[in-house]
Amino acid sequence: MTREQIIKTVNAFLIDEFEVDPDDIIMEENLHETLDLDSLDYVDLVVVIQNHFGFKLTAEDFQGVNSFEEFYNMIEEHLHKFTKENAKLN
Amino acid sequence: MNRVVITGMGIYSCLGKNLEEVKKSLYAGKSGIGVDPIRISLGFRSALTGLLPEPNLKKMLKRRMRIGMGQESQYAYLATLEALEMAKVDDHYLDNNTIGLLYGNDSTAKSVIEGIDRLREVKDTTLLGSGNIFKSMNSTITMNLSTIFRFKGINFTISAACASGSHSIGLGYMFIKQGLQKMIVCGGAQEVNANGMGSFDGLGAFSIKMDDPTKASKPFDANRDGLVPSGGGATVVLESYDSAISRGANILGEVISYGFSSNGLHISQPSVEGPTRSLQMALDLAKINPSEIDYINAHATSTPLGDKHEAMAISSIFGGDNCPYVSSTKSMTGHECWMAGASEVVYSLLMMQNSFVAPNINLTEVAEEAKPLNIPTEAKKHNINTFLSNSFGFGGTNSSLIIRKTN
Repeated sequence: MTREQIIKTVNAFLIDEFEVDPDDIIMEENLHETLDLDSLDYVDLVVVIQNHFGFKLTAEDFQGVNSFEEFYNMIEEHLHKFTKENAKLN
Repeated sequence: MNRVVITGMGIYSCLGKNLEEVKKSLYAGKSGIGVDPIRISLGFRSALTGLLPEPNLKKMLKRRMRIGMGQESQYAYLATLEALEMAKVDDHYLDNNTIGLLYGNDSTAKSVIEGIDRLREVKDTTLLGSGNIFKSMNSTITMNLSTIFRFKGINFTISAACASGSHSIGLGYMFIKQGLQKMIVCGGAQEVNANGMGSFDGLGAFSIKMDDPTKASKPFDANRDGLVPSGGGATVVLESYDSAISRGANILGEVISYGFSSNGLHISQPSVEGPTRSLQMALDLAKINPSEIDYINAHATSTPLGDKHEAMAISSIFGGDNCPYVSSTKSMTGHECWMAGASEVVYSLLMMQNSFVAPNINLTEVAEEAKPLNIPTEAKKHNINTFLSNSFGFGGTNSSLIIRKTN
């Protein structure tokens, strides 16, 4: 999956499931404030990421993630790691 | 002691999605019963059920408020929205007053089963998401509605089987009468899905007249063969008379009595004595004679034994030449279970407001024990000043409410 595809997938579930206005999704903006996330919402973010990408994040993975760009970066990094591990297993 | 009045009501049922639709259905004697193909595929003995559309709350509530709501909370929300609007309770009033919430509910089977099915599949509790716990608890309706409407008073769920909705109104009445609250939102809701009804179906208590669904529920008929499960949400806004007058609220009726009893006998088999004590208690507390009751909304669910015993209980007190009109709206709605005690108060209030008695449809051959009762088979123009609503539930829990027009 390319970075462009990852961003497209993430934005789609943020708009659809977290009801974010597409115009509010801006690379350098703060993800947590834009989505108005509370502690319960992180559970749902983990679920939706698992459903779309196949790997499971933990609370620690969100540390240091502030902007949308950092969020995409974190998912991209985990996805590559997850894909590599899967390839090894196969 | 405070007088307790009703200043708002709302309904979401198989007879309609709001008061206006339901009023028309009641007058027309329209059935809301149909067949659920899923129940056939699951091996149900009866696939009959009340049919109502799945609410879509996406444009009405934010995601965080929605994701902890199962079917029963969604129904209850829509009914409560309508009731609060009728009671003229707006955001300003909600934020500046202590309003209570007492709601009847006794299952969240769909949410529990879907959550456990998912857990078995993924073997990871996090992946159940944040909403499943709030959907699965029996108090799901009160935890959701109190959050959505920012209620700040008494707040809990009443679980009393098929009398849950009625007891919620009775308890709300007690709290306001005692001066502990000036306004309480009361009601009952019932999920409508196969998960919630499988084990009940297994008892053989449901009608199997699936060839003609709208004629299956036949309370007080000699050929009745069981109840038809149904559901939805029904809400009433209870308020002290003084509060209603001071706000200039429109008063729909006054709760004048709450009778209750427990059979103390079998877990599912009805009795005559228990309901009779509940009825008599309601009359005694209201300090009125049976002749002052203009209409009885019977609990009668269309089961052979339940209807028989209720007919005997009613006729022991009201039977004879001056028997008031008695009808079971379950002939149209099916048995709305946890919701029924509240919805039947709403149905009766609609009749009282519009001066008619809804028919007991599908009554073609009156059962012997129901012959002393005055049961209309079509809508009757009738001035209702005072009505009585009965609700009985598994475990022998009984509730009787008397409501009258306010002078």
